[in-house]
Amino acid sequence: MTFKALFAASATAALLLALPANAAELTVGFSQIGSESGWRAAETSVSKQEATKRKVNLKIADAQQKQENQIKAIRSFIAQNVDAIFLAPVVSTGWDSVLKEAKEAKIPVVLLDRDIDPSGKDLYLTAVTSDSVHEGAVAGEWLAKTVGDKACNVVELQGTVGASVAANRKKGFDTAIAKHANLKVVRSQTGDFTRAKGKEVMESFIKAEGGGKNICAVYAHNDDMMVGAIQAMKEAGLKPGKDILTVSIDAVPDIFKAMVAGEANATVELTPNMAGPAFDAVAAFKEKGTVPPKWIQTESRLLTAADDPQKEYDSKKGLGY
Amino acid sequence: MKGLPPVLITAIVLVAGFALCALQFPNIASTRVVGNLLTDNAFLGIVATGMTFVIISGGIDLSVGSVIGFTTVFVALAIERWGVPPLVAFVAILALSAAFGAAMGAIIHVFDLPPFIVTLAGMFLARGASFLLSTESVPITAPVYSTVSDFALRMPGGGRLTAIAIIMLAIVIGGVLLLRLTRFGANVYALGGGRATASLMGVAVGKMTVKIYMLSSLLAGIAGIVFSFYTSAGYSLSAVGVELDSIAAVVIGGTLLTGGQGSVIGTFLGVLIQGMIQTYINFDGTLSSWWTKIATGVLLFAFIALQQGLVALARRPAAKRAGAVS
Repeated sequence: MTFKALFAASATAALLLALPANAAELTVGFSQIGSESGWRAAETSVSKQEATKRKVNLKIADAQQKQENQIKAIRSFIAQNVDAIFLAPVVSTGWDSVLKEAKEAKIPVVLLDRDIDPSGKDLYLTAVTSDSVHEGAVAGEWLAKTVGDKACNVVELQGTVGASVAANRKKGFDTAIAKHANLKVVRSQTGDFTRAKGKEVMESFIKAEGGGKNICAVYAHNDDMMVGAIQAMKEAGLKPGKDILTVSIDAVPDIFKAMVAGEANATVELTPNMAGPAFDAVAAFKEKGTVPPKWIQTESRLLTAADDPQKEYDSKKGLGY
Repeated sequence: MKGLPPVLITAIVLVAGFALCALQFPNIASTRVVGNLLTDNAFLGIVATGMTFVIISGGIDLSVGSVIGFTTVFVALAIERWGVPPLVAFVAILALSAAFGAAMGAIIHVFDLPPFIVTLAGMFLARGASFLLSTESVPITAPVYSTVSDFALRMPGGGRLTAIAIIMLAIVIGGVLLLRLTRFGANVYALGGGRATASLMGVAVGKMTVKIYMLSSLLAGIAGIVFSFYTSAGYSLSAVGVELDSIAAVVIGGTLLTGGQGSVIGTFLGVLIQGMIQTYINFDGTLSSWWTKIATGVLLFAFIALQQGLVALARRPAAKRAGAVS
């Protein structure tokens, strides 16, 4: 009886798992880190959309935040003899031996969103990542242009201390506003990239700066903290987007909702579409042998209330953010 | 021949599963995939071998995943930052992990504490210690590492039998011999039958407990070294949850979770089954990788039910109307 039950169980499992594989021109294996953040989930769904658009057969392996799972996935992609492998590495080290195997099998590897340790530079075709210093600079330039010659005190909500993204976004912003003497960051504290901390820190900023009268603009290293800060401003009786300008980075759906309500001014997009340029690079490499540059920088679009935030919200809300 | 039927069933599941997978993806039936299975699961196979001894003796060791994590960080720092020769670093970490296991075993025995609690504490301790050493992933650039991780016996068909796969196979074979042919192995089974009875049979329960946990931690240390070869790096977050994967492999392999019965070969097959499910999901490429956990869960349930059934069957002739409660 137990034998039967066992076979029944494994047969059911096999049935559940069985799905027909469809033929396509190009087969790409994508070792994704996981789905730890809304952005990551959006990256996965956009990759699928881009693959369908190009009729690429995309195989996605979710590594659940574990490097060993990513290495296993890459090895099994090699065994399947895919045309290319995309890798969003969970850590920057430890890829040498498995990438060597891919190279031996003549399968090009493209890194998405994150780079790996320098020793492996010749082991991958190209890396598609955003430039977080540039993102900060775009935010800073928008603010400088918007306020003009008026004196402006900026408060800054930093990302997690020690995170390279936070440091880079700060650096880019600081460099951009350094050219404008009227702009000054008066307060800067970490909000840990979270909504709750963003709100808390903004509340303390408002108290410290005369109920918010001395604050002319808020710069947040991500949209989530800004959403929290907007709430803090509203609770203090201020009008975010009017009394106090806002600029943040990432372009998640909720910031567009705030823009539609007139409570946010600008955001810089960290595009979830890393796979699109990667597909193009691989296709060009496969067909014409064009070797892409080692680094493909994604576009950091500036999106303001003038750019139809409702449309942006609608296009992004289904992606899993 | 105790413990054989469950092992046979595990083997049948593995072969049938493999055949099903190969039917759908002919590429799976290649030496490359088999080589990958052994390489990718080398650390799991090693640590699960140790776990088999612990579980047969009626205990459990939750600290092994953390010991692997600590080992990778320790080895990486020792070689890269402190300038210790790799071999010396290996000996040091193996001594350290064996001592760690011995200490856990001693605490379990002396204070008569449940192994679950003591090794849970050990798990937090080792993981915490590895974070204390380094929160970042430390790359290992020593030449030994590239030599070992590039070494592989080529099998016909493009497969590779890597050095770490060979280490794992050697340890599995060693584990089989140790459990089957030595007094130590017999004592492990005796301990699993019941501490009091084992003690009456003349088994030095305290010494055995210390030795068993020492063995488990030592193998976890070796698994950690293998893991560091696997990634050429030390990372404090590596091998999180491996203790649970290895317990699952042991149970799927037909070892009784309450102790007294089981085999290393079964565990090895259990490791391969888990690897096979993961390979299938990677080959398919459209399924969520969490199906690995679901399939493992289904198998676990099936095997636990099966074992309970076997236990009930075994009891029937002895006591005519005995309950199936163990």
